[in-house]
Amino acid sequence: MAEVSLRNVVKRYDDVEAVRGIDLDIADHEFVVLVGPSGCGKSTTLRMIAGLEDITDGDIVIGGDVVNDVPPKDRDIAMVFQNYALYPHMTVAENMSFGLRLKRYPKAEIKSRVAEAARMLDITDLVDRKPKQLSGGQRQRVAMGRAIVRNPKVFLFDEPLSNLDAKLRVQMRIEIKKVHQKVRTTTVYVTHDQVEAMTLADRVVVMNKGRIEQIGTPNELYHNPATRFVAGFIGSPAMNFLPCRLEEASGKLNVRLTDRLSFPLPGSRAARYQNVPRGEKLLLGIRPEHLTEGNGHAAPGVEPFDAVLDVTEPMGMETLVYFTLEGTQVCGRVDPGAGARDGAPLRMAVDLNNMHLLNEGTGVVL
Amino acid sequence: MSTLAIDKSGPRRKVKYGSMSRDRVWAMRWSYFFLALFAAFSLLPPIYMLITSLKSSAEISAATNPWWVYHPTLSNYVELLTSNQFLRFFWNSAMVSIVVVAITMLISVPSAFALSRMRFWGSATLATGVFLTYLIPDTLLFLPLFKMFALFGDLTGIQLINRWYVLLLLYPTLTVPFATWIMIGYFASIPKELDEAALIDGASWLQTLTRIFIPVALPGLIAATIFAFTVSWAQFLYPLVFTTSTDQLVMPVGIITTLIKGDVFNWGQIMTGALLGAAPPLLIYAFLMDYYIAGLTAGATKG
Repeated sequence: MAEVSLRNVVKRYDDVEAVRGIDLDIADHEFVVLVGPSGCGKSTTLRMIAGLEDITDGDIVIGGDVVNDVPPKDRDIAMVFQNYALYPHMTVAENMSFGLRLKRYPKAEIKSRVAEAARMLDITDLVDRKPKQLSGGQRQRVAMGRAIVRNPKVFLFDEPLSNLDAKLRVQMRIEIKKVHQKVRTTTVYVTHDQVEAMTLADRVVVMNKGRIEQIGTPNELYHNPATRFVAGFIGSPAMNFLPCRLEEASGKLNVRLTDRLSFPLPGSRAARYQNVPRGEKLLLGIRPEHLTEGNGHAAPGVEPFDAVLDVTEPMGMETLVYFTLEGTQVCGRVDPGAGARDGAPLRMAVDLNNMHLLNEGTGVVL
Repeated sequence: MSTLAIDKSGPRRKVKYGSMSRDRVWAMRWSYFFLALFAAFSLLPPIYMLITSLKSSAEISAATNPWWVYHPTLSNYVELLTSNQFLRFFWNSAMVSIVVVAITMLISVPSAFALSRMRFWGSATLATGVFLTYLIPDTLLFLPLFKMFALFGDLTGIQLINRWYVLLLLYPTLTVPFATWIMIGYFASIPKELDEAALIDGASWLQTLTRIFIPVALPGLIAATIFAFTVSWAQFLYPLVFTTSTDQLVMPVGIITTLIKGDVFNWGQIMTGALLGAAPPLLIYAFLMDYYIAGLTAGATKG
């Protein structure tokens, strides 16, 4: 077990800069998820920690040692790949024990470690099978077992659930979380799926274009995103962004969407945005759950308005409604009993207590 | 709530149903027709050889139906298999082929691994270059090679010409490039994550090769082995040029030079020798074919 630190890590391929200076400190036992769209440098970062890619600049520290020039096998890490990368000619037990056999561990210990890991992952009945005889989920368990038996300082996961179907993915997600609760090994996990990131991580690292956009707990990222990218990336359906301006009317601060529509800011938000220049081009960020049906008696900071729904998506416990608000397509979540229908008008309400204001030019959340 | 009208009259039947399977039947008929044609074309010569090998010299030269044996005899087989000379040819051929296969695999497997997996400066060019050398025909090479070995003999006093083991140096020039090329193809089909997993598990390059790549690419290895064996067993030009003494000859050349005396062709024995000579590659092929298919189905795909 160990801490992992990245200090100004850069990766350049010829003239393409894949990773542009990353600083990240991962605590012992921590589960950190690197998340971002494809090409954001998250996998490259993981592979640099693994030692599968050389780093162009900076330092990678595992357990207090700078490992820039240490080969993968001496970094004491284990990695789980997206396509499992099981050795096809070996049985499950042989796959799991390959690393230990190379290091010439005593046979009895190899046997007990494999048995222990197989028990933990519920694959005891499969140890004599070849990878070809296993389902996708079982193969992924074996790949995890191969990592666990080595008892490494750090686990690295490279999109391990992307090849599984949706249902199995949810199941394996829970499985991975359970395993981490048991073995407590420092884990770096790469995914492009923000739900996976939110559900698994102690801390999430959101990456974009080779840089870290924001680091934080899932709740911090969700409720206090730092940039438009994070605000739009975390959460599903994504946050709505509406062009707006701040204006003062009779001593109160309003957020004006268009000439026809403006909302007064609630007290807490008004104080927060006091110093934002009036008239500057801004974006109003509202999550779908804060665009709900207007139920008559409005709470403070909840402002009603009328909308005509374009499309509704009944999800069972809620209904997603899509409508155009002053020229921008937005998504809201209403109660299934609210009577939302395709093409029908509906009284909606926006909860401005949970609003975000962003600078349209820089994308920074104010 | 829905006002969609559902047509309850049922779907209309298409008239030409089942045409897909009819197409397939015709495809099968045509392919069997051409396969039969091809089989006849390629099997007639060996059948003729077998028929002739069972005849006495008198019957071969008699004006009877050449496709029928009237007085079958095994005398050709007995004579050849009891002749020390013929057994010597067989032995030389076996030695040369087995050692050449070993040399070929020892060179081409590691080089294919290096060329397909270790990225180093010029590796791609080198891989193409390896293949290009295969395109130079042996008819173009044998004279310069002969001069080289003659010069080598003059300079060092080590005489390689007219020794069967000179073939051990010559044949790999034919087998190594192609075997390497086959293996590069097979190694390239192994997912990169597999060697990365091995690397992280603590395997060295050599261990990755011997414990992961060779077992996984076994079908390719067998294909390359079959190729190298067939080439060395059947090679004619190099032994014809480089070996002359009867005790140094390999089978293809031995049969021709000892069984054709002047303008007298001992057809019965020539055909018998050719048949016996064709047997080992056939047997090896039959045996390895099973293995080859077994290797394919035993999970030699990515996990």
